[in-house]
Amino acid sequence: MMPDLGKYAEAVLSSYAVSLALLIVLVWLSLRRSAKVAKQLEDIEQKARKNG
Amino acid sequence: MNLNALWQYANPKKFIQTTEKVLPLFSVLAVVCLVVGLIWGFFFTPEDYRQGSTVKIIYLHVPAALMAINVWLMMLVTSLIWIVRRHHVSALAARAAAPIGAVMTVIALATGAIWGQPMWGTWWAWDPRLTSFLILFLFYLGYIALWEAIENDDTAADLTSILCLVGSVFALLSRYAVNFWNQGLHQGASLSLDKEENVADVFWYPLLVCIAGFVLFFIALVLLRTRTEIRARRMRALLARERMG
Amino acid sequence: MIALLTRDLKLAMRAGGGFGLGLAFFLIVVTLVPFGVGPQSDLLSKIAPGILWLGALLACLLSLDRIFALDWEDGSLDLLATSPLPMEGIVTVKALAHWLTTGLPLVLAAPLFGLLLSLPTPGYAPLVLSLLLGTPALSVIGTFGAALTVGLKRGGLLLSLLVLPLYVPTLIFGAEMARRGVEGLDTTTPLLMLAGITCGTIALLPFASAAVLKVNLR
Repeated sequence: MMPDLGKYAEAVLSSYAVSLALLIVLVWLSLRRSAKVAKQLEDIEQKARKNG
Repeated sequence: MNLNALWQYANPKKFIQTTEKVLPLFSVLAVVCLVVGLIWGFFFTPEDYRQGSTVKIIYLHVPAALMAINVWLMMLVTSLIWIVRRHHVSALAARAAAPIGAVMTVIALATGAIWGQPMWGTWWAWDPRLTSFLILFLFYLGYIALWEAIENDDTAADLTSILCLVGSVFALLSRYAVNFWNQGLHQGASLSLDKEENVADVFWYPLLVCIAGFVLFFIALVLLRTRTEIRARRMRALLARERMG
Repeated sequence: MIALLTRDLKLAMRAGGGFGLGLAFFLIVVTLVPFGVGPQSDLLSKIAPGILWLGALLACLLSLDRIFALDWEDGSLDLLATSPLPMEGIVTVKALAHWLTTGLPLVLAAPLFGLLLSLPTPGYAPLVLSLLLGTPALSVIGTFGAALTVGLKRGGLLLSLLVLPLYVPTLIFGAEMARRGVEGLDTTTPLLMLAGITCGTIALLPFASAAVLKVNLR
């Protein structure tokens, strides 16, 4: 199934690997921060409602 | 469609509510396009006569490069909207977009350099296009750093939007300067595939799908990140109010 | 505004004013280059225009935070903002003062440093002219960067990160003009581009710098 990349295999594969890795890391960090901030905000809003 | 109706999304709460519904859709579309496009391009396209299998790199390099520029343009527009209409969502969207643009620039640079290696025998060439992207990366870094350095949200939004404006002018200037600087050396041979060249259909269609995938990816991710920024800003405001008792 | 200019010039000339530091730094850079690349004068001749431009650029960069720092700390910047002088004028005067105390000395010292780097004889005039045309842009752009980072403690590195990409067009055309001068080629194009950039920045950037200062003074 894998195409014969010939002598350029290293170049092609490493560019795919680097690009996909960067995209995945970006998405993962964004999701992680999103979850963290959402939770922190909820905590603070709960506190504010209790003291409110 | 009434364009004025778009302004209602400038309201942070409305933005969060609307994106709640829309974000999953964009995410799924992005994944589908990316997977289809990349698999099509990687497995089902032939080699190029001159460039061999390295032509497969265009499915990453070209969309990333396009996004690197378009994200900056989006930041420019949203910065202008902030300056003129003071919609916080706009300023926060610019802040959210910047790291995405920076990563796109890095992908364009990395794939461009890796592509250059077998073609040029060198890991880096000061080709005008690559050099311009390197400068663009520096602009992204400066913009992100300025946001991080300033505590007050409104001041940060104001300063970074002015920086974006001034930076855009200089980025354009740099593009011409860099072309002038390196015109003599690599005559006619640019590392990236120009769309105006004959990109054969067999390459063009999967490329289009990949470009669409990257665009959708950006939209989904910037919506996610803007939501985060809106929440973070609200959190800072609540904390400040709490501190003041 | 003349009063503001003379005041800034006097301040720079005083003991702690930092005048001459830019020149000293330029000298140090020029001295270090042969240690880095080797003393062969044919190599040095080739890179001399670029090194001299880089040295001048870096020396300018290092003095940028002084533009507003002292006035910010003792509150005179606030006073200036409330004066009848337009902020754009204040910012321009500050840039001019910076150029007179940092850029211009570099321009005048460049031929001497060119000697140290074996700059070929035909290169001297184009180099000095290119620096003369380009350093005002460096001051004006630097003033913009200084305005952005004025309130920040340790904003020096951020200032460099913001300003250096903005310096690229001036550096490219300035160094190219100097290089062409060395080889006896026609310097018209880079000269015109360089002059154009300088004029453009002087005419337009003060508006951005003024806006930025007003934001920071809120």
